[in-house]
Amino acid sequence: MKWDEFFVTGDPLIYGADVSIGLTVIGLLFYLTYFKKWQWLWKEWLTTVDHKKLGIMYIASAVLMLFRGGVDALLMRTQLAVPDAKFLDAQHYNEIFTTHGTIMIIFMAMPFLIGLINVVIPLQIGARDVAFPYLNAVSFWTFFIGAMLFNISFVIGGSPSAGWTAYMPLAGNELSPGPGQNYYLLGLQIAGIGTLLTGINFLVTILKMRAPGMTLFRMPMFTWSALITMVIIVFAFPILTVALALMTFDRLFGAHFFTLQGAGMDMLWANLFWLWGHPEVYIVILPAFGMFSEIISTFARKVLFGYKAMVWAMVLIAAYSFLVWVHHFFTMGSGAAVNTAFSISTMLIGIPTGIKIFNWLFTMYKGKISFTTPMLWALGFIVNFVVGGVTGVMLAMAAADYQYHNTYFLVSHFHYVLIAGTVFGCFAGLVFWYPKMFGYKLNERIGKWVFWLFMIGFNVCFFPQYFLGLDGMPRRVYTYSAASGWGDLNMVSTVGAFLMGIGFLALVYNIYYSFRYSERENTGDSWGLGRTLEWATTSAVPPHYNFAVTPTVEGLDPVVAIRNDKKEVTPKLADIKPIHMPDNSGVPFVMASFFFVAGFGLVFEWYWMGIVGLIGVFITLIIRSFDKNEGYYVSVDEIKETERITV
Amino acid sequence: MAHAEVHDHNTPLEYQSETGRLNILGFWIFLGAEIALFSTLFATYLVLMYRTADGPTPHELFELKGVLIETFLLLTSSFTCGIAIHEMRKRNRKGLFVWMIITLLLGAGFLGYEIYEFVTYVHEGAALGTSAFWSGFFVIVGTHGLHVTMGIAWITLILIQVARRGLTPQTSAKVFISSLYWHFLDVVWIFIFTAVYLTGMVLHNG
Repeated sequence: MKWDEFFVTGDPLIYGADVSIGLTVIGLLFYLTYFKKWQWLWKEWLTTVDHKKLGIMYIASAVLMLFRGGVDALLMRTQLAVPDAKFLDAQHYNEIFTTHGTIMIIFMAMPFLIGLINVVIPLQIGARDVAFPYLNAVSFWTFFIGAMLFNISFVIGGSPSAGWTAYMPLAGNELSPGPGQNYYLLGLQIAGIGTLLTGINFLVTILKMRAPGMTLFRMPMFTWSALITMVIIVFAFPILTVALALMTFDRLFGAHFFTLQGAGMDMLWANLFWLWGHPEVYIVILPAFGMFSEIISTFARKVLFGYKAMVWAMVLIAAYSFLVWVHHFFTMGSGAAVNTAFSISTMLIGIPTGIKIFNWLFTMYKGKISFTTPMLWALGFIVNFVVGGVTGVMLAMAAADYQYHNTYFLVSHFHYVLIAGTVFGCFAGLVFWYPKMFGYKLNERIGKWVFWLFMIGFNVCFFPQYFLGLDGMPRRVYTYSAASGWGDLNMVSTVGAFLMGIGFLALVYNIYYSFRYSERENTGDSWGLGRTLEWATTSAVPPHYNFAVTPTVEGLDPVVAIRNDKKEVTPKLADIKPIHMPDNSGVPFVMASFFFVAGFGLVFEWYWMGIVGLIGVFITLIIRSFDKNEGYYVSVDEIKETERITV
Repeated sequence: MAHAEVHDHNTPLEYQSETGRLNILGFWIFLGAEIALFSTLFATYLVLMYRTADGPTPHELFELKGVLIETFLLLTSSFTCGIAIHEMRKRNRKGLFVWMIITLLLGAGFLGYEIYEFVTYVHEGAALGTSAFWSGFFVIVGTHGLHVTMGIAWITLILIQVARRGLTPQTSAKVFISSLYWHFLDVVWIFIFTAVYLTGMVLHNG
């Protein structure tokens, strides 16, 4: 292979990316060396098994991926702003919409939510850590390495270009030659390992490590949503694992699962992909529902309306999520009976979702609402998500779907549910729990600017796309003629997209500004309205152990009870005992690095390299297995110091 | 991660440490994920059942004898694995070793027959790339075979740990978990025996 086949060449945008990546890496290396931060980086972050730090790393990576996916989006919107634009060529455009979709779902939305889950859930249930802290680190690093492997594709070897759905035979060797599609297969496969492990880890954590007295129906709604999400992950991700493996066999070893030759079946891919892919959209929406429930109840100062109905609604949504996948290809010849069945099952999901919407509204009814930034995101969510949901029901009508499938109507629909649901949820959760992570709030005034810029930009961008879709503009086209009459609405849409970009920059500025100027906190209940256990410990949460003394729970919203009864929250000296915690470990990072070697080798079909990487993975597994990993004890003196107990 | 130890002699060793209990539950959930994984492979195999293109059909190549021997070896190994755990619970380390090693040998015998079977098929013109059907066949049976291989390697490593450290709540939890895995592979094989081999020989007759 020649160098110019290895590196992507010939496109000024790519050269620009090369230069910026090079400068960033040099800058980072310089910073770490000049300020002698290497040891700090290794000890505090790369080897950590602390759920809060892993959560922060998840969120930081997700914000980085939001930037990458967002730049992809802006490139697409720039190309589509006017008819017959020459900004991107067709192949480049295909690569960009493929990476945009994949990155936003797999490497932005899911990790952002899993990051918040990591930070918050153990605190909400009064646990010292997750059930398997070491495994948690493995989860993060495999996700991170999978994401990095996927991301380098656009400068090394070329990006995948068959869409995030990677439909066969388009994603096969004949129509997608080169390493691009292999990056997709292996990047997702490696990251998927981490997701499955997270699913197992948090199921056990939530089922087994709740504080005394916290029965299942006393769990906070975010914990409930995480529990149900983890069940979906455990049953849906193996399907993706198999589907990706089968396509890898097709592309690398000449198998015939989805090919046109050898009696393969391309529709089998579509079925397997969406059998995972549809539950996946609930993996990224249910935790957001959970967060909005917490936020709305907190800032309306009321107990969540219809708690049990909310739980059962999520259980139903999770069950239905596995039964509707065919609605992603109503027009691909399944026949009237099959389409009818899937049309009805799809619409059924609207019922539990509607129940949740009404419960949020009833929670606010007669509540004393504080319009904080997280609450604004929650209110924006309700309005916009309903727009997305209603258009979803329109799409669910199989007969009508023949009219607007594969148009911008669909594009608009899923952005309305995914951005208004998941992205607003991530922003809301980030602002809400920021003090738990860093010990200070994000600035509220800038936060509201972020909200309005993003919210208005979002609607300006995507609302016109409903009409573009009804006017017949197909999705995934890289240009259109002036005669189509789609030019004006596309221009509006592009303006909205850039407004969202400005909103994102404002968020980044807010993070910087608050780091410099926000008032540091010394109480745990940052908003003064907290209801669940995470607000009963200090902000930021002490690095080692979460709670000096494991709390006891007597009902829903334990912190409200503490506040109302004016109970003393500071733990009594006599109750403090040494706390057992797990040791840090560099093995997860090393293991993930070997996964990178293996994945990179397989992408280019350099099998020796793939084998070296996999052997490395197995060696790290064995090292871990023989490690006695006994952990250490946090001493009473250290706890006293951290909790500022002076007696 | 608290270390609440239970010192009741009626509690099996592997359930005595908190870590052991958590790991066992976690592994049960992992097996749930494995069921989803194999279900997907079974669905794939059954969908591709008649898609043999111009290649050989399963009816032409499958032979009952080899499959029955494999089945016998693997089912017996599950039984001996059960005895090994029984010995472990009686704190009989030697018994655990003897029966586990028999288990591993039976597993290795199973693998040997499977590899022989695969080589035979390839010689008879049925490889991974012959047709969709054979892709499905090699991947589902091969995935199970890979699991058996990993199981043998894993249990061997755990036995080394038991030999070095003795039967503690930690090592016994590892042994117990690996035995769950081994029984699971046996269950999957029963489905493979039915859905792949019997179905391939009987239903694929015309």
